[in-house]
Amino acid sequence: MTHPLPWTRAEVEALLPDDAARAWLAEALADAACVPTAPPTAPAPYAADTWELRFAAAGRHCGHDNADAVRTLLLTEAQAGPETLTRLYRHGSAAERRAVLWALPTLVDGPHALHLVEDALRSNDTRLVAAAVGPYTAVHLDPHAWRHAVLKCLFTGVTLDAVASLARRAAGDGELARMLTDYAAERTAAGREVPDDLGRVLTLTGEEPKEL
Amino acid sequence: MRIFDPHIHMTSRTTDDYEAMYAAGVRAVVEPSFWLGQPRTDPASFYDYFDALLGWEPFRAAQYGIAHHCTLALNPKEANDPRCRPVLDALPRYLAKDCVVAVGEIGYDSMTPAEDTAVAAQLQLAAAHGLPALVHTPHRDKLAGLHRTLDVVRESSLPVERVLLDHLNETTVEHAKDSGCWLGFSVYPDTKMDEDRMVTILKTYGTEKILVNSAADWGKSDPLKTRKVADAMLAAGFGEDDVDQVLWRNPAAFYGLSGRLRLDVPKPEGLHEGNSVLRGGE
Repeated sequence: MTHPLPWTRAEVEALLPDDAARAWLAEALADAACVPTAPPTAPAPYAADTWELRFAAAGRHCGHDNADAVRTLLLTEAQAGPETLTRLYRHGSAAERRAVLWALPTLVDGPHALHLVEDALRSNDTRLVAAAVGPYTAVHLDPHAWRHAVLKCLFTGVTLDAVASLARRAAGDGELARMLTDYAAERTAAGREVPDDLGRVLTLTGEEPKEL
Repeated sequence: MRIFDPHIHMTSRTTDDYEAMYAAGVRAVVEPSFWLGQPRTDPASFYDYFDALLGWEPFRAAQYGIAHHCTLALNPKEANDPRCRPVLDALPRYLAKDCVVAVGEIGYDSMTPAEDTAVAAQLQLAAAHGLPALVHTPHRDKLAGLHRTLDVVRESSLPVERVLLDHLNETTVEHAKDSGCWLGFSVYPDTKMDEDRMVTILKTYGTEKILVNSAADWGKSDPLKTRKVADAMLAAGFGEDDVDQVLWRNPAAFYGLSGRLRLDVPKPEGLHEGNSVLRGGE
């Protein structure tokens, strides 16, 4: 485990609306916990009632507001590795994909789940873009792709508060400063406002702002 | 006036349409999976399409204040292509998703044995997943197609009260109503139904269990036909409550059978000023 869990079991249970939801969660977690010790000998992706189907149905049983927390906890309980995470991401709705992205720092130590981050950053769904710039990305994404991720947040209106380790990664990044300055110039030339967040991250680079 | 379009292919429509629909009162849509005009030749094309209906299209709709759900299925036309048939095996994992409120569109196109198999299998899938089914009636040989459809429905374990028969018209409405299924009518500029004939049907058969849709897609069609039917109903003497029943409560009740309908769309956040969230910097 490289990072603390986003949600503990006790925290998730406290969020749930009633006993039925708590009972559903207990079963789902037990189901998920069996996976690492008893991997299926043959692929059975469509069998009913596996923890992966519960992963999809979490919102309907635990409340849609709690779906992210429940799904992330399920992934942790199942100790989902890159292969499982990739399958759930590929088969997942946007909300399920977001949960996979959030679980990455907890479950994957190296850069081998970066393809999921890159996929999310190619999307234009701001829910996915925001989830793709978390702590896992801060550790593993290469500088070029990371700069484009920051710029994409500015483009799509995703707050830079979503970008993990923004200050640390932006510090001393002259290339990022240049890209931000150029973007600001493009907005200004078009008579459009420059996003507030742009100035904030430009300051974090520590580079001297050029003429905006 | 609040409007729920229970059958519209938004994948083929523009953001101008979403804007105009919202202005006309549309607050909810259901997008049935269907064929795209251009035949697909690989199951993976369907999975990308399903992903769009589960993620991207609801995201687009929400930016215009419209709740978007979908129905998923292997459509009858492409059920005839053996290259596409593996989609049937993959459907269960998609039918588990939150935004899926029915299996559909299923039904007949050319009434082939392959279509028989696909319809029967997918009615069973609907029953197994606690979902209702959207069954369209064929464009060609419609009345015979309706009879065959009703036979397959009766043989399935899905109760008729969980089946919506769509694309009905004057020649099929009577039989369809007798079956106990929900009744869907698509209102089009040139083909299918028009507003005035729709009003006549509502006068004859009442407003219960009747749904009206635009079925707007990539062909000549009009995403505002639902509103035009509402206006025609009011002009013909129907009350506002009748309009609300046909254009909101009936579709909400039918798709509500799934237990998955969520009509509270959060107000779109941050339509980024001067920039298109939708385009996202490309």
